[in-house]
Amino acid sequence: MPNVRFLLTGDTSLSAEFGNEISETINAQIRAFTIALDHSKIPGIVELVPTYRACMIHYDPGVISYRALTRRLESLLGSLDSIEIPPSDVLEVPVLYGGEEMGPDLAFVAEHAGLSEQEVIDIHTSTEYLIYMLGFTPGFTYLGGMSDKLETPRLKQPRVKIPAGSVGIAGKQTGVYPIDSPGGWQLIGRTPVKMYDPNRETPILPKAGQYIKFRAIDRAEYDAIAAQAENNEYVCRTYPRGEATT
Amino acid sequence: MSITVQNPGLLTSVQDGGRIGYQQFGVSVSGVMDPRAMKVANILVGNEENEAVLECTMMGPQLQFDAANVIAITGGDLGPTLDGQSVATYAAFVVQAGQTLRFTALRSGCRAYIAFAGGLDIPPVMGSRSTYMKAKIGGLNGRRLEKGDVIGFRAPNPNVLNLVQRRIAPEVRACNAYAVRVLMGPQDDMFTPAGIETFLSETYTVTNEFDRMGCRMEGAVIEHKNGGDIISDGIAFGAIQVPTAGKPIIMLADRQTTGGYTKIANVITADFRIIGQLKGGDRVRFVKTTIEAAQDALLTERAALRALRTMTGPAKLKERKPRKA
Repeated sequence: MPNVRFLLTGDTSLSAEFGNEISETINAQIRAFTIALDHSKIPGIVELVPTYRACMIHYDPGVISYRALTRRLESLLGSLDSIEIPPSDVLEVPVLYGGEEMGPDLAFVAEHAGLSEQEVIDIHTSTEYLIYMLGFTPGFTYLGGMSDKLETPRLKQPRVKIPAGSVGIAGKQTGVYPIDSPGGWQLIGRTPVKMYDPNRETPILPKAGQYIKFRAIDRAEYDAIAAQAENNEYVCRTYPRGEATT
Repeated sequence: MSITVQNPGLLTSVQDGGRIGYQQFGVSVSGVMDPRAMKVANILVGNEENEAVLECTMMGPQLQFDAANVIAITGGDLGPTLDGQSVATYAAFVVQAGQTLRFTALRSGCRAYIAFAGGLDIPPVMGSRSTYMKAKIGGLNGRRLEKGDVIGFRAPNPNVLNLVQRRIAPEVRACNAYAVRVLMGPQDDMFTPAGIETFLSETYTVTNEFDRMGCRMEGAVIEHKNGGDIISDGIAFGAIQVPTAGKPIIMLADRQTTGGYTKIANVITADFRIIGQLKGGDRVRFVKTTIEAAQDALLTERAALRALRTMTGPAKLKERKPRKA
Protein backbone atom coordinates (compact mmCIF):
# COMPACT_ATOMS: atom_id res chain seq x y z
CA MET A 1 0.00 0.00 0.00
CA PRO A 2 1.50 3.33 -1.01
CA ASN A 3 2.14 5.92 1.67
CA VAL A 4 -0.61 8.44 1.00
CA ARG A 5 -1.33 11.72 2.78
CA PHE A 6 -4.79 13.28 2.74
CA LEU A 7 -4.43 17.06 2.62
CA LEU A 8 -7.21 19.60 3.09
CA THR A 9 -7.93 21.70 0.02
CA GLY A 10 -10.99 23.44 1.43
CA ASP A 11 -14.24 21.90 2.66
CA THR A 12 -15.48 20.31 -0.58
CA SER A 13 -12.29 18.66 -1.81
CA LEU A 14 -9.13 16.99 -0.58
CA SER A 15 -5.82 16.02 -2.11
CA ALA A 16 -4.59 12.44 -1.85
CA GLU A 17 -0.82 12.93 -2.15
CA PHE A 18 1.19 9.90 -3.28
CA GLY A 19 4.69 11.37 -3.18
CA ASN A 20 6.78 14.38 -3.98
CA GLU A 21 8.50 13.61 -7.26
CA ILE A 22 7.65 13.16 -10.91
CA SER A 23 7.87 9.42 -11.47
CA GLU A 24 6.07 6.86 -13.58
CA THR A 25 5.65 4.65 -10.50
CA ILE A 26 3.82 7.31 -8.50
CA ASN A 27 1.71 8.28 -11.49
CA ALA A 28 0.77 4.62 -12.02
CA GLN A 29 -0.35 4.38 -8.36
CA ILE A 30 -2.54 7.44 -8.87
CA ARG A 31 -4.05 5.91 -11.98
CA ALA A 32 -4.79 2.67 -10.11
CA PHE A 33 -6.32 4.68 -7.27
CA THR A 34 -8.60 6.70 -9.57
CA ILE A 35 -9.76 3.52 -11.33
CA ALA A 36 -10.47 1.86 -7.98
CA LEU A 37 -12.24 5.01 -6.81
CA ASP A 38 -14.42 5.07 -9.92
CA HIS A 39 -15.44 1.49 -9.22
CA SER A 40 -15.87 1.98 -5.47
CA LYS A 41 -19.19 3.81 -5.74
CA ILE A 42 -18.32 5.88 -2.67
CA PRO A 43 -21.29 8.26 -2.47
CA GLY A 44 -20.85 12.01 -2.79
CA ILE A 45 -17.76 12.06 -5.02
CA VAL A 46 -18.22 14.76 -7.65
CA GLU A 47 -14.99 14.98 -9.62
CA LEU A 48 -11.44 13.59 -9.66
CA VAL A 49 -8.41 15.60 -10.80
CA PRO A 50 -5.28 13.46 -11.06
CA THR A 51 -1.96 15.33 -11.32
CA TYR A 52 1.74 14.36 -11.26
CA ARG A 53 1.81 13.11 -7.69
CA ALA A 54 -1.66 13.62 -6.25
CA CYS A 55 -5.32 13.11 -6.96
CA MET A 56 -7.75 15.87 -5.98
CA ILE A 57 -11.12 14.52 -4.94
CA HIS A 58 -14.10 16.90 -5.05
CA TYR A 59 -17.03 15.74 -2.94
CA ASP A 60 -20.33 16.90 -1.50
CA PRO A 61 -20.15 17.25 2.30
CA GLY A 62 -23.96 17.08 2.32
CA VAL A 63 -23.59 13.43 1.29
CA ILE A 64 -20.32 12.42 2.97
CA SER A 65 -18.27 14.24 5.60
CA TYR A 66 -14.50 14.67 5.44
CA ARG A 67 -13.95 12.10 8.21
CA ALA A 68 -16.23 9.51 6.65
CA LEU A 69 -14.66 10.01 3.23
CA THR A 70 -11.07 9.67 4.44
CA ARG A 71 -12.01 6.44 6.27
CA ARG A 72 -13.46 5.03 3.05
CA LEU A 73 -10.39 6.15 1.08
CA GLU A 74 -8.02 4.53 3.57
CA SER A 75 -9.79 1.22 3.29
CA LEU A 76 -9.79 1.53 -0.50
CA LEU A 77 -6.00 2.07 -0.43
CA GLY A 78 -5.66 -1.03 1.72
CA SER A 79 -7.35 -3.13 -0.94
CA LEU A 80 -5.62 -1.53 -3.92
CA ASP A 81 -3.35 -4.52 -4.49
CA SER A 82 -6.32 -6.83 -4.94
CA ILE A 83 -7.94 -4.72 -7.66
CA GLU A 84 -7.07 -5.60 -11.21
CA ILE A 85 -5.87 -2.54 -13.10
CA PRO A 86 -6.06 -2.86 -16.88
CA PRO A 87 -3.02 -1.71 -18.90
CA SER A 88 -3.00 1.93 -20.00
CA ASP A 89 -4.28 2.81 -23.43
CA VAL A 90 -1.98 4.26 -26.05
CA LEU A 91 -3.47 7.08 -28.11
CA GLU A 92 -1.94 7.19 -31.57
CA VAL A 93 -1.62 10.74 -32.91
CA PRO A 94 -0.81 11.20 -36.61
CA VAL A 95 1.68 14.01 -37.31
CA LEU A 96 2.94 15.65 -40.46
CA TYR A 97 6.55 16.52 -39.59
CA GLY A 98 8.63 19.37 -40.99
CA GLY A 99 7.96 21.92 -43.69
CA GLU A 100 7.65 25.67 -43.37
CA GLU A 101 3.92 25.54 -42.63
CA MET A 102 3.66 22.62 -40.20
CA GLY A 103 7.06 22.13 -38.60
CA PRO A 104 9.20 25.22 -39.20
CA ASP A 105 11.67 24.38 -36.40
CA LEU A 106 12.38 20.74 -37.34
CA ALA A 107 15.60 21.76 -39.11
CA PHE A 108 16.78 23.69 -36.05
CA VAL A 109 15.97 20.81 -33.69
CA ALA A 110 17.89 18.43 -35.97
CA GLU A 111 20.88 20.75 -36.22
CA HIS A 112 20.88 21.33 -32.44
CA ALA A 113 20.85 17.57 -31.85
CA GLY A 114 23.43 16.83 -34.55
CA LEU A 115 20.94 14.55 -36.29
CA SER A 116 19.17 14.47 -39.63
CA GLU A 117 15.54 15.56 -39.77
CA GLN A 118 14.52 11.96 -40.45
CA GLU A 119 16.42 10.79 -37.37
CA VAL A 120 14.56 13.36 -35.24
CA ILE A 121 11.25 12.07 -36.62
CA ASP A 122 12.28 8.44 -36.02
CA ILE A 123 13.22 9.16 -32.40
CA HIS A 124 10.14 11.31 -31.75
CA THR A 125 7.78 8.61 -33.10
CA SER A 126 9.48 5.69 -31.35
CA THR A 127 8.45 6.59 -27.79
CA GLU A 128 5.22 6.05 -25.89
CA TYR A 129 4.89 9.27 -23.89
CA LEU A 130 3.12 9.04 -20.53
CA ILE A 131 0.38 11.66 -20.02
CA TYR A 132 1.18 12.65 -16.44
CA MET A 133 -1.68 15.13 -16.31
CA LEU A 134 -3.63 17.77 -18.23
CA GLY A 135 -3.75 21.43 -17.32
CA PHE A 136 -2.81 24.96 -18.37
CA THR A 137 -5.47 25.04 -21.14
CA PRO A 138 -8.21 22.57 -22.10
CA GLY A 139 -6.53 19.44 -23.45
CA PHE A 140 -2.92 20.45 -22.79
CA THR A 141 -0.93 17.33 -21.87
CA TYR A 142 2.14 17.20 -19.64
CA LEU A 143 4.07 14.34 -21.26
CA GLY A 144 7.04 12.41 -19.94
CA GLY A 145 9.59 10.24 -21.63
CA MET A 146 11.13 12.26 -24.46
CA SER A 147 14.61 11.17 -25.50
CA ASP A 148 17.40 13.39 -24.14
CA LYS A 149 18.76 13.56 -27.68
CA LEU A 150 15.87 15.81 -28.73
CA GLU A 151 16.18 18.29 -25.86
CA THR A 152 16.08 21.79 -27.40
CA PRO A 153 15.78 25.21 -25.75
CA ARG A 154 12.65 27.29 -26.32
CA LEU A 155 12.58 29.98 -28.99
CA LYS A 156 14.25 33.19 -27.87
CA GLN A 157 11.29 35.12 -29.25
CA PRO A 158 7.94 33.34 -28.65
CA ARG A 159 5.46 33.22 -31.53
CA VAL A 160 2.31 35.31 -31.16
CA LYS A 161 0.02 32.62 -32.53
CA ILE A 162 0.66 28.91 -32.77
CA PRO A 163 -2.10 26.97 -34.55
CA ALA A 164 -3.99 24.26 -32.69
CA GLY A 165 -2.49 20.82 -33.39
CA SER A 166 1.11 22.03 -33.49
CA VAL A 167 3.59 19.53 -32.07
CA GLY A 168 6.55 21.05 -30.32
CA ILE A 169 9.60 20.58 -28.13
CA ALA A 170 10.58 22.83 -25.21
CA GLY A 171 13.57 21.78 -23.14
CA LYS A 172 12.93 18.20 -22.02
CA GLN A 173 9.22 18.38 -22.85
CA THR A 174 7.22 17.56 -25.93
CA GLY A 175 3.52 18.04 -26.56
CA VAL A 176 0.63 19.22 -28.71
CA TYR A 177 -1.00 22.66 -28.60
CA PRO A 178 -4.73 21.91 -28.21
CA ILE A 179 -5.89 25.47 -29.03
CA ASP A 180 -4.42 28.42 -30.90
CA SER A 181 -2.14 30.16 -28.43
CA PRO A 182 1.07 32.15 -28.18
CA GLY A 183 4.15 30.15 -27.24
CA GLY A 184 7.86 29.54 -27.46
CA TRP A 185 8.04 25.85 -28.29
CA GLN A 186 10.11 24.61 -31.22
CA LEU A 187 7.49 23.43 -33.71
CA ILE A 188 8.41 20.18 -35.46
CA GLY A 189 5.07 19.16 -36.96
CA ARG A 190 1.29 19.31 -36.74
CA THR A 191 -1.53 16.84 -36.24
CA PRO A 192 -4.77 17.17 -38.21
CA VAL A 193 -6.61 15.62 -35.23
CA LYS A 194 -8.55 17.97 -32.96
CA MET A 195 -7.26 17.14 -29.50
CA TYR A 196 -9.94 19.47 -28.13
CA ASP A 197 -13.35 20.30 -29.52
CA PRO A 198 -15.82 21.73 -26.98
CA ASN A 199 -18.84 20.66 -29.03
CA ARG A 200 -17.81 17.02 -29.50
CA GLU A 201 -19.30 14.26 -27.35
CA THR A 202 -15.80 13.60 -25.99
CA PRO A 203 -14.48 17.18 -25.92
CA ILE A 204 -10.92 16.20 -25.03
CA LEU A 205 -9.18 13.13 -26.44
CA PRO A 206 -6.16 12.56 -24.18
CA LYS A 207 -6.61 11.41 -20.59
CA ALA A 208 -4.18 11.40 -17.67
CA GLY A 209 -2.57 7.99 -17.26
CA GLN A 210 -2.78 7.15 -20.98
CA TYR A 211 0.20 7.23 -23.32
CA ILE A 212 0.57 9.14 -26.57
CA LYS A 213 2.47 7.74 -29.53
CA PHE A 214 3.08 9.91 -32.58
CA ARG A 215 2.89 8.42 -36.08
CA ALA A 216 4.50 10.19 -39.05
CA ILE A 217 2.15 10.81 -41.97
CA ASP A 218 2.53 12.46 -45.38
CA ARG A 219 0.65 15.44 -46.78
CA ALA A 220 -2.00 13.34 -48.55
CA GLU A 221 -2.88 11.49 -45.34
CA TYR A 222 -2.83 14.76 -43.39
CA ASP A 223 -5.38 16.27 -45.76
CA ALA A 224 -7.55 13.15 -45.68
CA ILE A 225 -7.58 13.02 -41.87
CA ALA A 226 -8.16 16.79 -41.63
CA ALA A 227 -11.24 16.44 -43.85
CA GLN A 228 -12.57 13.60 -41.69
CA ALA A 229 -11.79 15.51 -38.49
CA GLU A 230 -13.71 18.50 -39.82
CA ASN A 231 -16.81 16.31 -40.11
CA ASN A 232 -16.15 14.70 -36.75
CA GLU A 233 -15.58 11.35 -38.46
CA TYR A 234 -11.95 10.64 -37.63
CA VAL A 235 -11.25 8.41 -34.64
CA CYS A 236 -7.71 8.18 -33.29
CA ARG A 237 -6.51 4.62 -32.95
CA THR A 238 -6.11 3.50 -29.35
CA TYR A 239 -4.75 0.20 -28.13
CA PRO A 240 -3.75 -1.30 -24.80
CA ARG A 241 -0.11 -0.64 -23.99
CA GLY A 242 2.10 -3.64 -24.67
CA GLU A 243 0.09 -4.91 -27.61
CA ALA A 244 1.61 -4.97 -31.09
CA THR A 245 1.40 -1.57 -32.68
CA THR A 246 0.99 -2.66 -36.27
CA MET B 1 -38.46 37.63 -25.97
CA SER B 2 -35.05 39.03 -25.26
CA ILE B 3 -32.84 41.74 -23.88
CA THR B 4 -30.61 43.98 -25.96
CA VAL B 5 -27.31 45.15 -24.56
CA GLN B 6 -27.16 48.93 -25.04
CA ASN B 7 -24.01 49.24 -22.97
CA PRO B 8 -22.08 46.22 -21.66
CA GLY B 9 -20.62 47.92 -18.58
CA LEU B 10 -17.10 47.10 -17.39
CA LEU B 11 -17.30 43.30 -17.57
CA THR B 12 -20.63 41.51 -17.86
CA SER B 13 -20.82 37.80 -18.68
CA VAL B 14 -23.19 34.85 -18.51
CA GLN B 15 -22.29 32.55 -15.59
CA ASP B 16 -23.91 29.65 -13.73
CA GLY B 17 -22.82 27.16 -11.09
CA GLY B 18 -19.77 26.27 -13.19
CA ARG B 19 -18.49 23.60 -15.56
CA ILE B 20 -18.19 20.52 -13.36
CA GLY B 21 -16.36 17.34 -14.37
CA TYR B 22 -13.75 18.59 -16.83
CA GLN B 23 -10.95 19.82 -14.56
CA GLN B 24 -9.04 16.59 -15.19
CA PHE B 25 -8.89 17.67 -18.86
CA GLY B 26 -7.57 21.14 -18.07
CA VAL B 27 -10.92 22.93 -18.38
CA SER B 28 -11.41 25.65 -15.75
CA VAL B 29 -14.65 25.50 -13.74
CA SER B 30 -15.57 29.16 -14.33
CA GLY B 31 -19.06 30.01 -12.99
CA VAL B 32 -20.10 32.88 -10.73
CA MET B 33 -17.65 34.47 -8.31
CA ASP B 34 -20.30 34.82 -5.55
CA PRO B 35 -22.34 31.59 -5.62
CA ARG B 36 -24.53 32.65 -2.69
CA ALA B 37 -25.70 35.80 -4.49
CA MET B 38 -26.48 33.79 -7.65
CA LYS B 39 -28.50 31.23 -5.70
CA VAL B 40 -30.51 33.85 -3.83
CA ALA B 41 -31.27 35.72 -7.09
CA ASN B 42 -32.44 32.52 -8.77
CA ILE B 43 -34.62 31.46 -5.84
CA LEU B 44 -36.23 34.93 -5.74
CA VAL B 45 -37.38 34.57 -9.36
CA GLY B 46 -38.34 30.90 -8.96
CA ASN B 47 -35.42 29.34 -10.88
CA GLU B 48 -33.17 26.42 -10.06
CA GLU B 49 -30.34 27.68 -7.82
CA ASN B 50 -27.60 27.25 -10.42
CA GLU B 51 -29.47 28.70 -13.42
CA ALA B 52 -27.35 31.02 -15.57
CA VAL B 53 -27.37 34.70 -14.56
CA LEU B 54 -25.57 37.82 -15.72
CA GLU B 55 -22.53 38.66 -13.61
CA CYS B 56 -21.88 42.43 -13.70
CA THR B 57 -18.59 43.86 -12.48
CA MET B 58 -18.33 47.24 -10.74
CA MET B 59 -20.00 49.20 -13.56
CA GLY B 60 -23.18 47.41 -14.62
CA PRO B 61 -24.69 47.17 -18.09
CA GLN B 62 -27.61 48.94 -19.73
CA LEU B 63 -30.20 46.42 -20.91
CA GLN B 64 -33.39 47.02 -22.86
CA PHE B 65 -36.18 44.48 -22.48
CA ASP B 66 -38.34 43.67 -25.50
CA ALA B 67 -40.54 41.31 -23.50
CA ALA B 68 -41.82 41.38 -19.93
CA ASN B 69 -40.17 39.16 -17.32
CA VAL B 70 -39.49 38.96 -13.61
CA ILE B 71 -35.92 39.57 -12.54
CA ALA B 72 -33.95 39.92 -9.30
CA ILE B 73 -30.62 41.66 -8.71
CA THR B 74 -28.36 40.51 -5.88
CA GLY B 75 -24.72 40.70 -4.82
CA GLY B 76 -22.95 44.03 -4.72
CA ASP B 77 -25.14 47.14 -5.03
CA LEU B 78 -24.21 48.76 -8.36
CA GLY B 79 -27.13 51.21 -8.16
CA PRO B 80 -29.77 49.62 -10.42
CA THR B 81 -32.49 51.80 -11.97
CA LEU B 82 -35.46 50.93 -14.18
CA ASP B 83 -36.36 53.73 -16.60
CA GLY B 84 -34.47 56.06 -14.29
CA GLN B 85 -36.24 54.98 -11.09
CA SER B 86 -34.16 53.32 -8.43
CA VAL B 87 -35.05 49.64 -7.82
CA ALA B 88 -34.37 47.51 -4.77
CA THR B 89 -31.72 44.78 -4.78
CA TYR B 90 -32.52 41.35 -3.31
CA ALA B 91 -36.12 41.68 -4.51
CA ALA B 92 -37.96 40.18 -7.47
CA PHE B 93 -39.82 42.66 -9.67
CA VAL B 94 -41.50 42.83 -13.05
CA VAL B 95 -39.82 44.54 -15.99
CA GLN B 96 -42.21 45.45 -18.80
CA ALA B 97 -41.41 45.26 -22.49
CA GLY B 98 -39.68 48.45 -23.57
CA GLN B 99 -38.19 49.25 -20.18
CA THR B 100 -34.47 49.85 -19.65
CA LEU B 101 -32.38 48.57 -16.76
CA ARG B 102 -29.28 50.58 -15.94
CA PHE B 103 -26.70 50.72 -13.18
CA THR B 104 -25.59 54.09 -11.91
CA ALA B 105 -22.99 53.79 -9.18
CA LEU B 106 -21.06 51.21 -7.17
CA ARG B 107 -22.29 51.35 -3.57
CA SER B 108 -21.14 48.04 -2.09
CA GLY B 109 -19.27 44.90 -3.12
CA CYS B 110 -17.90 44.36 -6.62
CA ARG B 111 -20.27 42.12 -8.57
CA ALA B 112 -24.03 42.17 -9.10
CA TYR B 113 -26.07 39.22 -10.38
CA ILE B 114 -29.20 39.50 -12.49
CA ALA B 115 -31.45 36.43 -12.55
CA PHE B 116 -34.24 36.17 -15.13
CA ALA B 117 -37.32 34.01 -14.45
CA GLY B 118 -37.14 30.97 -16.71
CA GLY B 119 -33.45 31.49 -17.51
CA LEU B 120 -31.51 32.73 -20.52
CA ASP B 121 -31.53 31.09 -23.95
CA ILE B 122 -27.84 30.18 -24.00
CA PRO B 123 -26.69 26.75 -25.23
CA PRO B 124 -24.78 24.75 -22.60
CA VAL B 125 -21.21 23.77 -23.51
CA MET B 126 -19.84 20.77 -21.63
CA GLY B 127 -22.83 20.89 -19.33
CA SER B 128 -22.64 24.58 -18.40
CA ARG B 129 -23.69 28.01 -19.68
CA SER B 130 -20.76 29.71 -17.93
CA THR B 131 -18.49 31.89 -20.05
CA TYR B 132 -14.87 30.70 -19.95
CA MET B 133 -13.31 33.66 -21.70
CA LYS B 134 -9.76 32.33 -21.95
CA ALA B 135 -10.89 29.26 -23.93
CA LYS B 136 -13.68 31.20 -25.67
CA ILE B 137 -16.45 28.77 -24.75
CA GLY B 138 -19.86 28.99 -23.06
CA GLY B 139 -22.00 32.05 -22.44
CA LEU B 140 -22.62 34.26 -25.44
CA ASN B 141 -20.08 33.08 -28.06
CA GLY B 142 -17.50 32.47 -25.36
CA ARG B 143 -17.01 36.14 -24.57
CA ARG B 144 -18.13 39.04 -22.37
CA LEU B 145 -21.23 40.98 -23.45
CA GLU B 146 -20.78 43.70 -26.05
CA LYS B 147 -22.95 46.56 -27.24
CA GLY B 148 -25.73 45.34 -29.54
CA ASP B 149 -25.80 41.76 -28.22
CA VAL B 150 -29.25 40.19 -27.96
CA ILE B 151 -29.90 37.45 -25.43
CA GLY B 152 -33.17 35.53 -25.52
CA PHE B 153 -35.27 34.36 -22.56
CA ARG B 154 -35.80 30.61 -22.36
CA ALA B 155 -39.17 30.52 -20.56
CA PRO B 156 -39.98 34.04 -19.31
CA ASN B 157 -42.59 34.28 -16.59
CA PRO B 158 -43.84 37.84 -15.93
CA ASN B 159 -46.50 36.37 -13.62
CA VAL B 160 -44.27 34.85 -10.94
CA LEU B 161 -46.44 34.13 -7.90
CA ASN B 162 -46.05 35.66 -4.43
CA LEU B 163 -44.02 38.58 -5.70
CA VAL B 164 -44.31 40.54 -2.45
CA GLN B 165 -42.72 37.67 -0.52
CA ARG B 166 -39.79 37.54 -2.92
CA ARG B 167 -37.48 39.97 -1.17
CA ILE B 168 -34.91 39.79 1.62
CA ALA B 169 -32.47 42.21 3.21
CA PRO B 170 -29.37 42.87 1.07
CA GLU B 171 -26.54 40.55 2.06
CA VAL B 172 -23.43 42.34 0.79
CA ARG B 173 -22.25 44.94 3.25
CA ALA B 174 -19.06 46.98 3.27
CA CYS B 175 -16.66 46.19 6.09
CA ASN B 176 -13.45 47.79 7.32
CA ALA B 177 -11.62 44.46 7.38
CA TYR B 178 -13.33 41.26 6.29
CA ALA B 179 -12.70 38.19 8.45
CA VAL B 180 -12.38 35.25 6.05
CA ARG B 181 -12.36 31.75 7.51
CA VAL B 182 -9.77 29.33 6.09
CA LEU B 183 -8.71 25.72 6.40
CA MET B 184 -4.93 25.31 6.52
CA GLY B 185 -3.43 23.19 3.74
CA PRO B 186 -2.60 21.57 1.43
CA GLN B 187 0.99 22.93 1.60
CA ASP B 188 0.96 24.71 4.99
CA ASP B 189 3.87 22.46 6.04
CA MET B 190 6.09 24.28 3.50
CA PHE B 191 5.93 27.51 5.56
CA THR B 192 7.86 28.36 8.71
CA PRO B 193 5.93 28.74 11.99
CA ALA B 194 6.64 32.48 11.68
CA GLY B 195 5.18 32.44 8.20
CA ILE B 196 1.96 30.79 9.40
CA GLU B 197 1.79 33.28 12.28
CA THR B 198 2.15 36.19 9.83
CA PHE B 199 -0.56 34.81 7.56
CA LEU B 200 -3.04 34.43 10.43
CA SER B 201 -2.33 37.71 12.22
CA GLU B 202 -1.66 40.34 9.54
CA THR B 203 -4.25 42.23 7.50
CA TYR B 204 -3.90 41.93 3.71
CA THR B 205 -5.08 44.51 1.18
CA VAL B 206 -6.50 43.64 -2.24
CA THR B 207 -4.34 45.17 -5.00
CA ASN B 208 -5.71 46.41 -8.32
CA GLU B 209 -4.79 43.05 -9.83
CA PHE B 210 -8.04 41.26 -9.13
CA ASP B 211 -10.09 39.50 -11.76
CA ARG B 212 -12.06 36.31 -12.28
CA MET B 213 -8.88 34.22 -12.11
CA GLY B 214 -7.54 35.50 -8.84
CA CYS B 215 -7.11 38.28 -6.35
CA ARG B 216 -3.56 39.46 -5.58
CA MET B 217 -2.99 40.85 -2.09
CA GLU B 218 -0.41 43.13 -0.55
CA GLY B 219 0.87 42.82 3.00
CA ALA B 220 3.47 41.23 5.23
CA VAL B 221 5.65 38.59 3.52
CA ILE B 222 4.68 35.02 4.43
CA GLU B 223 7.87 33.08 5.01
CA HIS B 224 8.47 29.74 3.28
CA LYS B 225 10.88 27.07 4.48
CA ASN B 226 12.37 26.51 1.00
CA GLY B 227 10.60 28.72 -1.52
CA GLY B 228 7.15 28.55 -3.02
CA ASP B 229 7.55 26.11 -5.91
CA ILE B 230 5.94 22.68 -5.89
CA ILE B 231 5.29 19.95 -8.41
CA SER B 232 1.96 21.08 -9.90
CA ASP B 233 -1.25 19.84 -8.32
CA GLY B 234 -4.96 20.73 -8.39
CA ILE B 235 -6.34 24.09 -7.29
CA ALA B 236 -9.73 24.52 -5.58
CA PHE B 237 -11.89 27.67 -5.55
CA GLY B 238 -10.63 29.89 -2.74
CA ALA B 239 -7.13 28.37 -2.60
CA ILE B 240 -4.65 30.88 -1.19
CA GLN B 241 -1.54 30.53 -3.29
CA VAL B 242 1.70 32.00 -1.97
CA PRO B 243 4.56 32.11 -4.51
CA THR B 244 8.14 32.56 -3.35
CA ALA B 245 7.72 36.35 -3.05
CA GLY B 246 5.43 35.62 -0.10
CA LYS B 247 2.33 37.62 -1.09
CA PRO B 248 -0.98 35.73 -1.15
CA ILE B 249 -3.23 35.29 -4.19
CA ILE B 250 -6.79 33.99 -3.71
CA MET B 251 -7.65 31.70 -6.63
CA LEU B 252 -11.16 32.23 -8.01
CA ALA B 253 -13.64 31.03 -10.65
CA ASP B 254 -11.43 31.20 -13.77
CA ARG B 255 -8.33 29.79 -12.04
CA GLN B 256 -6.22 27.29 -13.94
CA THR B 257 -7.00 23.71 -12.96
CA THR B 258 -3.45 23.03 -11.79
CA GLY B 259 -0.56 25.12 -10.55
CA GLY B 260 2.98 24.95 -9.27
CA TYR B 261 2.92 27.29 -6.25
CA THR B 262 2.44 26.48 -2.57
CA LYS B 263 -1.10 26.90 -1.25
CA ILE B 264 -1.07 27.80 2.42
CA ALA B 265 -4.81 27.51 3.05
CA ASN B 266 -8.24 27.47 1.41
CA VAL B 267 -11.18 29.79 2.07
CA ILE B 268 -14.24 27.88 3.32
CA THR B 269 -17.29 27.64 1.05
CA ALA B 270 -19.53 29.66 3.39
CA ASP B 271 -17.16 32.64 2.93
CA PHE B 272 -16.98 32.54 -0.89
CA ARG B 273 -19.66 35.25 -0.70
CA ILE B 274 -16.98 37.53 0.81
CA ILE B 275 -14.08 36.75 -1.52
CA GLY B 276 -16.32 36.88 -4.61
CA GLN B 277 -17.07 40.52 -3.81
CA LEU B 278 -13.55 41.80 -3.02
CA LYS B 279 -12.14 44.74 -4.95
CA GLY B 280 -8.98 46.84 -4.90
CA GLY B 281 -8.32 48.43 -1.50
CA ASP B 282 -10.47 45.99 0.51
CA ARG B 283 -8.79 44.60 3.62
CA VAL B 284 -8.90 40.97 4.73
CA ARG B 285 -7.88 38.98 7.79
CA PHE B 286 -7.60 35.20 7.56
CA VAL B 287 -9.08 33.22 10.45
CA LYS B 288 -8.24 29.56 10.90
CA THR B 289 -11.11 27.13 11.37
CA THR B 290 -11.66 23.36 11.38
CA ILE B 291 -13.04 21.06 8.71
CA GLU B 292 -16.00 20.19 10.94
CA ALA B 293 -16.89 23.86 11.50
CA ALA B 294 -16.46 24.63 7.80
CA GLN B 295 -18.72 21.79 6.70
CA ASP B 296 -21.29 22.75 9.36
CA ALA B 297 -21.29 26.31 8.02
CA LEU B 298 -21.77 25.02 4.47
CA LEU B 299 -24.73 22.83 5.47
CA THR B 300 -26.23 25.71 7.48
CA GLU B 301 -26.02 27.93 4.42
CA ARG B 302 -27.74 25.29 2.30
CA ALA B 303 -30.51 25.01 4.89
CA ALA B 304 -30.97 28.79 4.79
CA LEU B 305 -31.37 28.66 1.01
CA ARG B 306 -33.94 25.87 1.35
CA ALA B 307 -35.82 27.99 3.90
CA LEU B 308 -35.78 30.91 1.48
CA ARG B 309 -37.22 28.63 -1.21
CA THR B 310 -40.01 27.58 1.17
CA MET B 311 -40.69 31.16 2.22
CA THR B 312 -41.03 32.43 -1.34
CA GLY B 313 -43.42 29.61 -2.26
CA PRO B 314 -44.03 28.26 -5.75
CA ALA B 315 -43.40 30.52 -8.74
CA LYS B 316 -46.14 28.97 -10.86
CA LEU B 317 -49.52 27.42 -10.23
CA LYS B 318 -49.29 23.67 -10.21
CA GLU B 319 -50.93 22.10 -13.18
CA ARG B 320 -54.01 20.25 -12.08
CA LYS B 321 -54.06 16.57 -12.68
CA PRO B 322 -56.90 15.65 -15.00
CA ARG B 323 -59.73 13.96 -13.15
CA LYS B 324 -60.32 10.36 -13.82
CA ALA B 325 -63.39 9.81 -15.90
